[in-house]
Amino acid sequence: MEPPIIIELLGEKFPGEVLASGESLGQSWVSLKRDRLADICKYLKTTPEIKMDYLIDVTAVDWLPRTPRFEVVYHMRSIKHGSSLRLKVPVEEDDPKVPTVTGVWLTANWHERETFDLMGIIFEGHPDPRRILMPDDWEGHPLRKDYPLGGYDWEFKPW
Amino acid sequence: MATTSKEITVNMGPQHPSTHGVLRLILELDGETVVSCAPHLGYLHRGSEKLAENRTYQQIVPLTDRFDYLSCGNNNLAYAIAVEKLMGIEVPERADYLRTIVAELSRISSHLLWLATHAADIGAVTVLLYTLREREEILELFELLTGARLTVSYVNIGGVRRDATPEFIARCKDFMSRFPAKIDDYDTLIMENRIFVGRTKGIGIISYDEAIDWGLTGGSLRGSGVDYDLRKAAPYAAYDRVEFDVPLGKTGDVYDRYIIRVEEMRQSVRIINQCFRDMPDGPVKADIPTVSLPPKDRVMADIETLAHHFVLVSKGFTVAPGEVYVGCEVPKGELGFYIVSDGSSSPLRMKVRSPSFVNLQCLPRMVKGHMIADIVSCIGSIDIVLGEVDR
Repeated sequence: MEPPIIIELLGEKFPGEVLASGESLGQSWVSLKRDRLADICKYLKTTPEIKMDYLIDVTAVDWLPRTPRFEVVYHMRSIKHGSSLRLKVPVEEDDPKVPTVTGVWLTANWHERETFDLMGIIFEGHPDPRRILMPDDWEGHPLRKDYPLGGYDWEFKPW
Repeated sequence: MATTSKEITVNMGPQHPSTHGVLRLILELDGETVVSCAPHLGYLHRGSEKLAENRTYQQIVPLTDRFDYLSCGNNNLAYAIAVEKLMGIEVPERADYLRTIVAELSRISSHLLWLATHAADIGAVTVLLYTLREREEILELFELLTGARLTVSYVNIGGVRRDATPEFIARCKDFMSRFPAKIDDYDTLIMENRIFVGRTKGIGIISYDEAIDWGLTGGSLRGSGVDYDLRKAAPYAAYDRVEFDVPLGKTGDVYDRYIIRVEEMRQSVRIINQCFRDMPDGPVKADIPTVSLPPKDRVMADIETLAHHFVLVSKGFTVAPGEVYVGCEVPKGELGFYIVSDGSSSPLRMKVRSPSFVNLQCLPRMVKGHMIADIVSCIGSIDIVLGEVDR
Protein backbone atom coordinates (compact mmCIF):
# COMPACT_ATOMS: atom_id res chain seq x y z
CA MET A 1 0.00 0.00 0.00
CA GLU A 2 1.30 3.44 -0.88
CA PRO A 3 2.26 5.65 2.10
CA PRO A 4 -0.30 8.43 1.32
CA ILE A 5 -3.08 5.82 1.38
CA ILE A 6 -1.74 4.43 4.66
CA ILE A 7 -1.87 7.91 6.17
CA GLU A 8 -5.43 8.37 4.92
CA LEU A 9 -6.36 5.04 6.49
CA LEU A 10 -4.78 6.09 9.78
CA GLY A 11 -6.96 9.20 9.79
CA GLU A 12 -10.09 7.07 9.37
CA LYS A 13 -9.08 4.37 11.82
CA PHE A 14 -7.79 6.70 14.54
CA PRO A 15 -9.87 9.88 14.24
CA GLY A 16 -8.29 12.95 15.78
CA GLU A 17 -4.87 11.35 16.18
CA VAL A 18 -3.31 12.58 12.95
CA LEU A 19 -2.05 16.14 13.36
CA ALA A 20 -0.50 16.68 9.95
CA SER A 21 1.03 14.78 7.08
CA GLY A 22 3.02 15.45 3.98
CA GLU A 23 5.86 14.47 1.76
CA SER A 24 9.48 15.57 1.89
CA LEU A 25 11.73 14.63 -1.03
CA GLY A 26 9.55 11.68 -1.92
CA GLN A 27 9.40 10.40 1.66
CA SER A 28 6.01 10.45 3.35
CA TRP A 29 5.64 11.57 6.92
CA VAL A 30 2.77 11.81 9.33
CA SER A 31 2.61 13.73 12.57
CA LEU A 32 0.67 12.06 15.38
CA LYS A 33 -0.61 12.73 18.88
CA ARG A 34 1.31 10.69 21.38
CA ASP A 35 -1.50 9.10 23.39
CA ARG A 36 -2.37 6.20 21.11
CA LEU A 37 1.04 5.86 19.49
CA ALA A 38 1.60 2.25 20.55
CA ASP A 39 -1.83 1.25 19.20
CA ILE A 40 -1.17 2.98 15.91
CA CYS A 41 2.22 1.30 15.59
CA LYS A 42 0.66 -2.07 16.34
CA TYR A 43 -1.96 -1.43 13.70
CA LEU A 44 0.73 -0.47 11.16
CA LYS A 45 2.70 -3.59 11.92
CA THR A 46 -0.06 -6.17 12.06
CA THR A 47 -2.37 -5.08 9.22
CA PRO A 48 -1.43 -7.40 6.32
CA GLU A 49 -1.80 -4.74 3.58
CA ILE A 50 0.49 -2.31 5.44
CA LYS A 51 2.78 -4.65 7.39
CA MET A 52 5.39 -2.18 8.61
CA ASP A 53 7.31 -5.04 10.18
CA TYR A 54 10.68 -3.38 10.20
CA LEU A 55 11.44 -0.46 12.51
CA ILE A 56 14.51 1.24 11.08
CA ASP A 57 15.15 3.90 13.63
CA VAL A 58 13.83 5.94 16.54
CA THR A 59 15.28 9.35 17.23
CA ALA A 60 14.32 12.87 18.28
CA VAL A 61 14.92 16.37 17.00
CA ASP A 62 15.36 19.38 19.27
CA TRP A 63 13.64 22.38 17.66
CA LEU A 64 14.58 24.95 20.33
CA PRO A 65 13.19 27.68 20.54
CA ARG A 66 10.11 26.40 18.73
CA THR A 67 7.22 24.88 20.69
CA PRO A 68 6.57 22.03 21.05
CA ARG A 69 10.31 21.75 21.46
CA PHE A 70 10.93 18.10 20.64
CA GLU A 71 9.85 15.84 17.88
CA VAL A 72 10.27 12.09 18.29
CA VAL A 73 10.81 10.51 14.88
CA TYR A 74 10.18 6.90 13.87
CA HIS A 75 11.29 5.43 10.56
CA MET A 76 9.67 2.21 9.51
CA ARG A 77 9.56 0.01 6.47
CA SER A 78 7.68 -2.94 5.11
CA ILE A 79 10.07 -5.62 3.91
CA LYS A 80 7.26 -7.32 2.02
CA HIS A 81 5.72 -4.29 0.31
CA GLY A 82 8.81 -2.11 0.09
CA SER A 83 7.04 1.00 1.36
CA SER A 84 8.39 3.17 4.16
CA LEU A 85 6.93 5.78 6.47
CA ARG A 86 8.11 8.41 8.92
CA LEU A 87 6.11 9.06 12.07
CA LYS A 88 6.66 12.22 14.04
CA VAL A 89 5.37 12.85 17.53
CA PRO A 90 5.73 16.39 18.88
CA VAL A 91 6.32 16.63 22.64
CA GLU A 92 6.58 19.60 24.97
CA GLU A 93 9.75 20.53 26.82
CA ASP A 94 8.18 20.31 30.30
CA ASP A 95 6.55 16.95 29.60
CA PRO A 96 8.89 15.05 27.25
CA LYS A 97 7.11 11.73 27.36
CA VAL A 98 5.93 9.28 24.73
CA PRO A 99 4.65 5.73 25.15
CA THR A 100 7.18 3.02 24.35
CA VAL A 101 6.85 0.88 21.24
CA THR A 102 9.08 -1.91 22.55
CA GLY A 103 5.97 -4.06 22.76
CA VAL A 104 5.53 -3.73 19.01
CA TRP A 105 9.09 -4.07 17.74
CA LEU A 106 11.86 -5.64 19.86
CA THR A 107 14.43 -3.45 18.14
CA ALA A 108 12.89 -0.29 19.62
CA ASN A 109 14.50 -1.06 22.97
CA TRP A 110 18.01 0.30 22.35
CA HIS A 111 16.82 3.04 20.00
CA GLU A 112 14.59 4.40 22.75
CA ARG A 113 17.34 4.08 25.34
CA GLU A 114 19.64 6.07 23.09
CA THR A 115 17.02 8.74 22.50
CA PHE A 116 16.46 9.02 26.24
CA ASP A 117 20.19 9.15 26.90
CA LEU A 118 21.10 11.81 24.38
CA MET A 119 17.88 13.82 24.07
CA GLY A 120 16.08 13.24 27.36
CA ILE A 121 12.84 11.89 25.96
CA ILE A 122 11.14 9.58 28.46
CA PHE A 123 9.59 6.47 26.98
CA GLU A 124 6.82 5.45 29.32
CA GLY A 125 6.61 1.73 29.97
CA HIS A 126 10.11 1.01 28.65
CA PRO A 127 11.37 -2.26 30.20
CA ASP A 128 14.92 -1.04 30.76
CA PRO A 129 15.00 2.78 30.95
CA ARG A 130 18.73 3.32 31.50
CA ARG A 131 21.31 5.38 29.69
CA ILE A 132 23.16 3.49 27.00
CA LEU A 133 26.05 5.51 25.57
CA MET A 134 26.84 7.98 28.35
CA PRO A 135 27.95 6.89 31.85
CA ASP A 136 25.10 6.07 34.26
CA ASP A 137 25.80 9.08 36.47
CA TRP A 138 25.96 11.59 33.62
CA GLU A 139 23.90 14.73 34.05
CA GLY A 140 22.03 16.33 31.19
CA HIS A 141 21.34 15.15 27.68
CA PRO A 142 24.15 16.03 25.28
CA LEU A 143 22.19 16.31 22.04
CA ARG A 144 19.89 19.01 23.37
CA LYS A 145 20.56 22.35 21.77
CA ASP A 146 21.12 24.11 25.10
CA TYR A 147 23.85 21.63 26.05
CA PRO A 148 27.27 23.18 25.31
CA LEU A 149 29.46 21.48 22.72
CA GLY A 150 32.38 21.16 25.12
CA GLY A 151 30.19 19.83 27.93
CA TYR A 152 30.09 21.10 31.49
CA ASP A 153 32.99 21.03 33.95
CA TRP A 154 31.88 18.16 36.08
CA GLU A 155 33.84 15.53 37.83
CA PHE A 156 32.59 11.99 37.72
CA LYS A 157 33.23 9.20 40.11
CA PRO A 158 35.84 6.67 38.99
CA TRP A 159 34.60 3.48 37.32
CA MET B 1 23.69 -35.95 47.44
CA ALA B 2 21.75 -33.22 45.77
CA THR B 3 23.76 -30.37 44.32
CA THR B 4 22.49 -26.88 43.79
CA SER B 5 23.67 -24.70 40.97
CA LYS B 6 24.60 -21.15 41.73
CA GLU B 7 24.86 -18.44 39.12
CA ILE B 8 28.02 -16.40 38.99
CA THR B 9 28.58 -13.03 37.36
CA VAL B 10 31.52 -12.69 35.00
CA ASN B 11 32.76 -9.50 33.44
CA MET B 12 33.93 -9.87 29.83
CA GLY B 13 35.69 -6.84 28.41
CA PRO B 14 35.93 -3.94 27.77
CA GLN B 15 39.51 -4.98 27.08
CA HIS B 16 39.10 -8.41 25.59
CA PRO B 17 40.48 -9.62 22.24
CA SER B 18 37.24 -11.37 21.25
CA THR B 19 34.88 -8.46 21.79
CA HIS B 20 36.32 -6.72 18.70
CA GLY B 21 36.80 -3.43 20.48
CA VAL B 22 35.80 -1.88 23.76
CA LEU B 23 32.60 -3.81 24.38
CA ARG B 24 31.82 -4.94 27.89
CA LEU B 25 29.51 -7.84 28.57
CA ILE B 26 28.15 -8.69 32.02
CA LEU B 27 27.47 -12.40 31.97
CA GLU B 28 25.39 -14.46 34.36
CA LEU B 29 26.70 -17.98 34.16
CA ASP B 30 25.36 -21.26 35.42
CA GLY B 31 28.47 -23.38 35.16
CA GLU B 32 29.50 -22.75 31.57
CA THR B 33 26.00 -21.96 30.34
CA VAL B 34 25.01 -18.37 29.72
CA VAL B 35 21.90 -17.40 31.66
CA SER B 36 21.91 -13.76 30.67
CA CYS B 37 24.17 -11.31 28.94
CA ALA B 38 24.03 -7.54 29.28
CA PRO B 39 26.15 -5.46 26.89
CA HIS B 40 27.53 -2.15 28.16
CA LEU B 41 28.44 0.33 25.45
CA GLY B 42 29.71 3.84 25.13
CA TYR B 43 33.42 3.44 25.75
CA LEU B 44 34.11 4.84 22.30
CA HIS B 45 31.35 7.44 22.24
CA ARG B 46 32.75 10.60 20.66
CA GLY B 47 29.53 12.51 20.19
CA SER B 48 29.74 12.49 16.41
CA GLU B 49 26.12 13.58 16.04
CA LYS B 50 26.68 16.59 18.27
CA LEU B 51 29.90 17.42 16.44
CA ALA B 52 28.08 17.24 13.12
CA GLU B 53 25.64 19.92 14.26
CA ASN B 54 28.60 22.28 14.66
CA ARG B 55 30.37 21.60 11.36
CA THR B 56 29.74 22.43 7.75
CA TYR B 57 28.39 19.73 5.50
CA GLN B 58 31.76 19.10 3.86
CA GLN B 59 33.51 18.87 7.22
CA ILE B 60 31.26 16.02 8.29
CA VAL B 61 32.65 13.67 5.63
CA PRO B 62 35.81 12.87 7.66
CA LEU B 63 33.61 12.30 10.73
CA THR B 64 31.77 9.56 8.87
CA ASP B 65 35.11 7.83 8.24
CA ARG B 66 35.33 7.25 11.96
CA PHE B 67 32.08 5.32 12.37
CA ASP B 68 32.98 2.04 10.76
CA TYR B 69 36.67 2.61 10.22
CA LEU B 70 36.99 -0.66 8.32
CA SER B 71 34.79 0.41 5.42
CA CYS B 72 35.06 4.19 5.19
CA GLY B 73 34.15 4.34 1.51
CA ASN B 74 30.66 3.07 2.32
CA ASN B 75 30.15 5.54 5.15
CA ASN B 76 31.19 8.50 3.01
CA LEU B 77 28.87 7.28 0.29
CA ALA B 78 25.81 6.95 2.53
CA TYR B 79 26.34 10.44 3.93
CA ALA B 80 27.02 12.02 0.55
CA ILE B 81 23.89 10.48 -0.96
CA ALA B 82 21.79 11.82 1.92
CA VAL B 83 23.07 15.38 1.45
CA GLU B 84 22.78 15.14 -2.33
CA LYS B 85 19.19 14.02 -2.01
CA LEU B 86 18.52 16.94 0.32
CA MET B 87 20.04 19.37 -2.19
CA GLY B 88 18.81 17.68 -5.36
CA ILE B 89 22.29 17.17 -6.79
CA GLU B 90 22.82 14.83 -9.74
CA VAL B 91 26.15 13.04 -9.69
CA PRO B 92 28.07 12.40 -12.94
CA GLU B 93 27.88 8.82 -14.15
CA ARG B 94 31.60 8.13 -13.86
CA ALA B 95 31.49 9.20 -10.23
CA ASP B 96 28.65 6.74 -9.63
CA TYR B 97 30.78 3.89 -10.92
CA LEU B 98 33.87 5.00 -8.97
CA ARG B 99 31.73 5.20 -5.84
CA THR B 100 30.49 1.68 -6.42
CA ILE B 101 34.03 0.42 -6.92
CA VAL B 102 35.25 2.04 -3.71
CA ALA B 103 32.20 0.82 -1.79
CA GLU B 104 32.73 -2.75 -2.93
CA LEU B 105 36.49 -2.64 -2.31
CA SER B 106 35.68 -1.41 1.20
CA ARG B 107 33.21 -4.24 1.58
CA ILE B 108 35.82 -6.82 0.62
CA SER B 109 38.41 -5.31 2.94
CA SER B 110 35.91 -5.17 5.81
CA HIS B 111 34.82 -8.76 5.22
CA LEU B 112 38.46 -9.89 5.07
CA LEU B 113 39.18 -8.44 8.48
CA TRP B 114 35.93 -9.86 9.78
CA LEU B 115 36.86 -13.32 8.48
CA ALA B 116 40.32 -13.05 10.00
CA THR B 117 39.13 -12.12 13.47
CA HIS B 118 36.05 -14.34 13.42
CA ALA B 119 38.08 -17.43 12.53
CA ALA B 120 40.90 -16.52 14.91
CA ASP B 121 38.41 -16.16 17.77
CA ILE B 122 37.23 -19.70 17.18
CA GLY B 123 40.76 -21.06 16.98
CA ALA B 124 41.49 -21.08 13.25
CA VAL B 125 44.31 -18.55 13.40
CA THR B 126 45.83 -19.48 10.04
CA VAL B 127 43.10 -17.72 8.05
CA LEU B 128 44.16 -14.41 9.53
CA LEU B 129 47.55 -14.60 7.88
CA TYR B 130 46.00 -15.14 4.46
CA THR B 131 43.18 -12.61 4.61
CA LEU B 132 45.34 -9.81 5.96
CA ARG B 133 47.71 -10.37 3.05
CA GLU B 134 44.90 -9.61 0.59
CA ARG B 135 43.55 -6.80 2.72
CA GLU B 136 46.95 -5.14 2.54
CA GLU B 137 46.67 -5.14 -1.25
CA ILE B 138 43.30 -3.40 -1.03
CA LEU B 139 44.66 -0.81 1.38
CA GLU B 140 47.47 -0.15 -1.09
CA LEU B 141 44.88 0.34 -3.80
CA PHE B 142 43.11 2.85 -1.57
CA GLU B 143 46.37 4.64 -1.00
CA LEU B 144 46.89 4.85 -4.73
CA LEU B 145 43.40 6.15 -5.39
CA THR B 146 42.79 8.43 -2.41
CA GLY B 147 46.11 9.01 -0.66
CA ALA B 148 44.86 7.36 2.52
CA ARG B 149 44.69 3.73 3.56
CA LEU B 150 41.87 3.65 6.08
CA THR B 151 40.04 6.93 6.54
CA VAL B 152 39.75 7.65 2.86
CA SER B 153 37.15 10.48 2.69
CA TYR B 154 37.06 9.71 -1.00
CA VAL B 155 33.39 10.14 -1.71
CA ASN B 156 32.41 13.77 -1.47
CA ILE B 157 29.17 15.65 -1.80
CA GLY B 158 28.65 16.00 -5.53
CA GLY B 159 30.99 13.25 -6.66
CA VAL B 160 34.34 11.83 -5.69
CA ARG B 161 37.49 13.61 -4.67
CA ARG B 162 39.56 12.73 -7.72
CA ASP B 163 39.54 10.55 -10.79
CA ALA B 164 41.06 7.07 -10.89
CA THR B 165 44.48 6.90 -12.49
CA PRO B 166 45.27 4.29 -15.18
CA GLU B 167 47.69 2.70 -12.72
CA PHE B 168 44.93 2.24 -10.14
CA ILE B 169 42.60 0.74 -12.72
CA ALA B 170 45.28 -1.67 -13.96
CA ARG B 171 46.27 -2.80 -10.47
CA CYS B 172 42.69 -3.11 -9.30
CA LYS B 173 41.75 -5.22 -12.33
CA ASP B 174 44.79 -7.38 -11.72
CA PHE B 175 43.80 -7.87 -8.09
CA MET B 176 40.24 -8.74 -9.07
CA SER B 177 41.49 -11.44 -11.43
CA ARG B 178 43.54 -13.06 -8.68
CA PHE B 179 41.20 -12.59 -5.72
CA PRO B 180 38.47 -15.23 -6.37
CA ALA B 181 41.09 -17.99 -6.15
CA LYS B 182 42.13 -16.62 -2.77
CA ILE B 183 38.54 -16.88 -1.49
CA ASP B 184 38.61 -20.55 -2.49
CA ASP B 185 41.79 -20.86 -0.42
CA TYR B 186 40.02 -19.49 2.66
CA ASP B 187 37.23 -21.96 2.10
CA THR B 188 39.61 -24.90 2.07
CA LEU B 189 41.02 -23.67 5.38
CA ILE B 190 37.80 -23.43 7.36
CA MET B 191 34.65 -24.27 5.45
CA GLU B 192 34.85 -27.98 6.29
CA ASN B 193 37.16 -27.64 9.24
CA ARG B 194 35.58 -29.86 11.90
CA ILE B 195 36.36 -27.53 14.76
CA PHE B 196 35.08 -24.46 12.92
CA VAL B 197 31.90 -26.18 11.77
CA GLY B 198 31.35 -27.70 15.21
CA ARG B 199 31.60 -24.31 16.85
CA THR B 200 29.40 -22.45 14.38
CA LYS B 201 26.63 -24.79 13.18
CA GLY B 202 23.46 -24.59 15.26
CA ILE B 203 24.85 -21.73 17.36
CA GLY B 204 23.05 -18.43 17.83
CA ILE B 205 20.05 -19.30 15.66
CA ILE B 206 17.79 -16.38 14.79
CA SER B 207 14.57 -17.18 12.94
CA TYR B 208 13.19 -15.28 9.94
CA ASP B 209 10.58 -13.31 11.90
CA GLU B 210 12.85 -12.68 14.83
CA ALA B 211 15.56 -11.27 12.59
CA ILE B 212 13.12 -8.68 11.25
CA ASP B 213 11.71 -7.90 14.69
CA TRP B 214 15.18 -7.30 16.10
CA GLY B 215 15.90 -4.97 13.20
CA LEU B 216 18.89 -6.94 11.99
CA THR B 217 20.40 -5.91 8.69
CA GLY B 218 23.16 -7.02 6.37
CA GLY B 219 24.63 -10.49 6.61
CA SER B 220 22.94 -11.04 9.97
CA LEU B 221 19.49 -10.53 8.42
CA ARG B 222 20.17 -12.49 5.24
CA GLY B 223 21.68 -15.32 7.27
CA SER B 224 18.14 -15.90 8.55
CA GLY B 225 16.85 -16.13 5.00
CA VAL B 226 15.32 -12.67 4.66
CA ASP B 227 15.87 -11.53 1.10
CA TYR B 228 16.56 -7.89 1.76
CA ASP B 229 19.50 -5.95 0.42
CA LEU B 230 19.29 -2.19 0.00
CA ARG B 231 21.50 -2.39 -3.07
CA LYS B 232 18.59 -4.25 -4.70
CA ALA B 233 15.61 -2.81 -2.80
CA ALA B 234 16.60 0.86 -3.10
CA PRO B 235 19.54 1.02 -5.51
CA TYR B 236 22.01 3.86 -5.20
CA ALA B 237 25.25 4.75 -7.02
CA ALA B 238 25.61 2.30 -9.92
CA TYR B 239 23.99 -0.72 -8.28
CA ASP B 240 20.98 -0.55 -10.57
CA ARG B 241 23.29 -0.99 -13.56
CA VAL B 242 25.22 -4.06 -12.39
CA GLU B 243 24.20 -7.66 -11.92
CA PHE B 244 24.83 -9.51 -8.72
CA ASP B 245 23.20 -12.12 -6.51
CA VAL B 246 22.17 -11.75 -2.90
CA PRO B 247 23.20 -14.88 -1.00
CA LEU B 248 20.71 -16.13 1.59
CA GLY B 249 21.03 -18.45 4.57
CA LYS B 250 18.60 -21.13 5.68
CA THR B 251 18.90 -21.77 9.39
CA GLY B 252 20.13 -18.37 10.61
CA ASP B 253 23.03 -19.72 12.66
CA VAL B 254 26.62 -18.50 12.91
CA TYR B 255 27.71 -20.80 10.08
CA ASP B 256 25.11 -19.37 7.68
CA ARG B 257 26.21 -15.84 8.41
CA TYR B 258 29.77 -16.91 7.69
CA ILE B 259 28.83 -18.53 4.35
CA ILE B 260 26.91 -15.42 3.30
CA ARG B 261 29.69 -12.96 3.93
CA VAL B 262 32.20 -15.09 2.06
CA GLU B 263 29.80 -15.30 -0.87
CA GLU B 264 29.29 -11.54 -0.72
CA MET B 265 32.99 -11.08 -1.40
CA ARG B 266 32.62 -13.10 -4.60
CA GLN B 267 29.66 -10.94 -5.62
CA SER B 268 31.68 -7.80 -4.88
CA VAL B 269 34.33 -8.98 -7.33
CA ARG B 270 31.58 -9.44 -9.93
CA ILE B 271 30.28 -5.92 -9.30
CA ILE B 272 33.72 -4.31 -9.51
CA ASN B 273 34.53 -6.12 -12.76
CA GLN B 274 31.26 -4.92 -14.31
CA CYS B 275 31.96 -1.39 -13.13
CA PHE B 276 35.33 -1.35 -14.86
CA ARG B 277 33.71 -2.72 -17.99
CA ASP B 278 30.87 -0.16 -18.11
CA MET B 279 32.46 2.93 -16.56
CA PRO B 280 32.19 5.86 -18.99
CA ASP B 281 34.68 8.71 -19.30
CA GLY B 282 33.74 12.11 -18.04
CA PRO B 283 33.80 14.36 -15.02
CA VAL B 284 33.84 12.92 -11.49
CA LYS B 285 32.34 15.93 -9.71
CA ALA B 286 29.01 17.62 -10.23
CA ASP B 287 29.56 20.98 -11.89
CA ILE B 288 27.86 23.05 -9.21
CA PRO B 289 30.03 26.01 -8.16
CA THR B 290 28.24 26.44 -4.84
CA VAL B 291 29.10 22.89 -3.77
CA SER B 292 32.10 21.50 -5.64
CA LEU B 293 35.58 22.85 -5.06
CA PRO B 294 37.17 24.49 -8.14
CA PRO B 295 40.09 22.73 -9.89
CA LYS B 296 43.21 23.05 -7.78
CA ASP B 297 45.48 24.25 -10.60
CA ARG B 298 43.24 27.24 -11.22
CA VAL B 299 43.03 28.11 -7.52
CA MET B 300 46.66 29.13 -7.62
CA ALA B 301 46.29 30.98 -10.94
CA ASP B 302 43.45 33.49 -10.55
CA ILE B 303 42.03 35.41 -7.62
CA GLU B 304 38.35 34.67 -8.27
CA THR B 305 38.91 30.93 -8.06
CA LEU B 306 41.06 31.36 -4.97
CA ALA B 307 38.30 33.38 -3.28
CA HIS B 308 35.75 30.79 -4.37
CA HIS B 309 37.87 27.98 -2.90
CA PHE B 310 38.41 29.92 0.32
CA VAL B 311 34.75 30.70 0.90
CA LEU B 312 33.68 27.14 0.17
CA VAL B 313 36.23 25.66 2.55
CA SER B 314 35.77 28.13 5.40
CA LYS B 315 32.05 28.93 5.28
CA GLY B 316 30.72 25.87 3.51
CA PHE B 317 27.44 25.92 1.63
CA THR B 318 23.88 26.16 2.85
CA VAL B 319 21.24 23.52 2.38
CA ALA B 320 17.57 24.35 1.91
CA PRO B 321 15.32 23.41 4.86
CA GLY B 322 14.08 19.86 4.71
CA GLU B 323 14.60 16.40 6.02
CA VAL B 324 15.68 13.14 4.48
CA TYR B 325 16.45 9.58 5.49
CA VAL B 326 18.83 7.59 3.32
CA GLY B 327 19.94 4.05 4.04
CA CYS B 328 22.82 2.30 2.31
CA GLU B 329 23.95 -1.30 2.43
CA VAL B 330 27.35 -1.21 4.12
CA PRO B 331 29.29 -4.38 5.03
CA LYS B 332 27.63 -4.53 8.45
CA GLY B 333 24.10 -3.82 7.33
CA GLU B 334 21.99 -0.72 6.80
CA LEU B 335 23.76 2.51 7.57
CA GLY B 336 21.19 5.28 7.60
CA PHE B 337 21.53 9.03 7.78
CA TYR B 338 18.56 11.08 8.90
CA ILE B 339 19.45 14.70 8.25
CA VAL B 340 17.28 17.66 9.18
CA SER B 341 18.32 20.97 7.69
CA ASP B 342 17.17 24.38 8.88
CA GLY B 343 18.68 26.22 5.93
CA SER B 344 22.08 26.91 7.48
CA SER B 345 25.47 25.49 6.55
CA SER B 346 25.40 22.74 9.14
CA PRO B 347 22.65 20.22 9.87
CA LEU B 348 20.12 20.91 12.63
CA ARG B 349 20.16 17.22 13.42
CA MET B 350 22.08 14.33 11.96
CA LYS B 351 21.05 10.95 13.25
CA VAL B 352 23.21 8.00 12.31
CA ARG B 353 21.39 4.71 12.24
CA SER B 354 24.35 2.40 12.58
CA PRO B 355 23.97 -1.28 11.73
CA SER B 356 26.42 -2.50 14.38
CA PHE B 357 24.45 -0.79 17.15
CA VAL B 358 21.21 -2.41 16.10
CA ASN B 359 22.69 -5.83 15.36
CA LEU B 360 24.52 -5.92 18.68
CA GLN B 361 21.21 -5.59 20.48
CA CYS B 362 20.39 -9.13 19.40
CA LEU B 363 23.50 -10.63 21.02
CA PRO B 364 21.91 -11.46 24.42
CA ARG B 365 19.14 -13.31 22.58
CA MET B 366 21.69 -15.22 20.46
CA VAL B 367 23.89 -16.43 23.29
CA LYS B 368 21.23 -17.29 25.84
CA GLY B 369 21.46 -20.96 26.76
CA HIS B 370 24.71 -21.49 24.89
CA MET B 371 28.14 -22.12 26.37
CA ILE B 372 30.37 -19.21 27.31
CA ALA B 373 32.76 -20.10 24.47
CA ASP B 374 29.93 -19.62 21.97
CA ILE B 375 29.71 -15.95 22.85
CA VAL B 376 32.82 -15.23 20.82
CA SER B 377 31.39 -17.08 17.82
CA CYS B 378 28.22 -15.02 18.08
CA ILE B 379 30.02 -11.69 18.46
CA GLY B 380 32.11 -12.59 15.45
CA SER B 381 29.08 -13.57 13.41
CA ILE B 382 27.21 -10.29 13.83
CA ASP B 383 30.32 -8.41 12.69
CA ILE B 384 30.37 -5.31 14.87
CA VAL B 385 32.73 -2.37 14.89
CA LEU B 386 32.63 -0.46 18.14
CA GLY B 387 33.41 2.84 16.44
CA GLU B 388 30.04 2.51 14.78
CA VAL B 389 28.18 1.16 17.80
CA ASP B 390 29.18 4.11 19.97
CA ARG B 391 29.66 6.80 17.32
